[in-house]
Amino acid sequence: MKFRIYRYNPETDAKPAMQDVELDIDPAGKMLLDALIAIKAQDETLSLRRSCREGVCGSDAVNVNGRNRLACITPLSELKQPIEVRPLPGLPVIRDLIVDMEPFYRQYRSIKPWLINDDPEPEVERLQSPEERAQLDGAYECILCACCTTACPSFWWNPDTFVGPAGLLQAYRFIADTRDEATSARLDNLEDPYRLYRCRGIMNCVDACPKGLNPTEAIGRIKSLLVKRRV
Amino acid sequence: MKPATGSRTGTGTWLVQRATAVALALTLPVLLLYFAAPQPAGFAEWQALFAPRWPRVLLLLAAVALALHAWVGMRDIFMDYVRPTGVRLALYLAVIATLAGSVVWLGAILWSAA
Repeated sequence: MKFRIYRYNPETDAKPAMQDVELDIDPAGKMLLDALIAIKAQDETLSLRRSCREGVCGSDAVNVNGRNRLACITPLSELKQPIEVRPLPGLPVIRDLIVDMEPFYRQYRSIKPWLINDDPEPEVERLQSPEERAQLDGAYECILCACCTTACPSFWWNPDTFVGPAGLLQAYRFIADTRDEATSARLDNLEDPYRLYRCRGIMNCVDACPKGLNPTEAIGRIKSLLVKRRV
Repeated sequence: MKPATGSRTGTGTWLVQRATAVALALTLPVLLLYFAAPQPAGFAEWQALFAPRWPRVLLLLAAVALALHAWVGMRDIFMDYVRPTGVRLALYLAVIATLAGSVVWLGAILWSAA
């Protein structure tokens, strides 16, 4: 199979280049990550992140033929050759397919991704009814792979000020949680022309999410809450 | 310098954009039908269409909605692409002057012949 892989080592290369790679591999039943690992076996200088190889850890998000995907759950057989593999767009490249995730994590941290509850701790867990728990469906499953946020032009232009779809989906996850008591403060934190309202609703995030989540819908719900609070 | 965000504003402008979009979606077909359906051929027919007060009021309100809608959109573009504050402020003022001037001018035209 034919591959075109983005190569860049800032210590030795003046600028990034695409490397053509020919690999003898049977695509049946194999994922892109299998091919990348086989390529790395041929040429150990290829750098990439990967861990769980089953779409749970979110380490091996890359841009494949123009789309952000997890290499470990992308079947080789459905990709058009030459398979072009690039690092996630919009984040600084550390080397080859490895990007600096710090701008992404900084925005994630900014929404305080933990339960804020100042009530005395109960004897048992803080319980929720099945209906209350159901409100978190579609919001808690995010694995923070950054496929959505790095597919978002608003994040490309404003990585320092726009929270991005992954961060906003997580913000909604805590706003929607009945055990969380900081809803107003969370909405205050997001009500800003940049932090929330840079989202223009183009839904690249929905298209990119390898877990089938819908950040645009969550952003819409945050907007509804802000409007309700205001009018 | 670190970005200063969290101004607790933005919902208003977003609402203005949405509300004006709805207003335009409702008024533009009405205006289009009113002016296109009689197929006015000359000056006299055009002037007759503007003789009642309601099409003039509706047209001016639609122009105000369009100007507000365009203002939010242009502001968004400048926020994304124009980083120097001075240049951005100058562009904001230029857009506001153009849009407000156009609305006032339209009002003057609509009520000049009446």
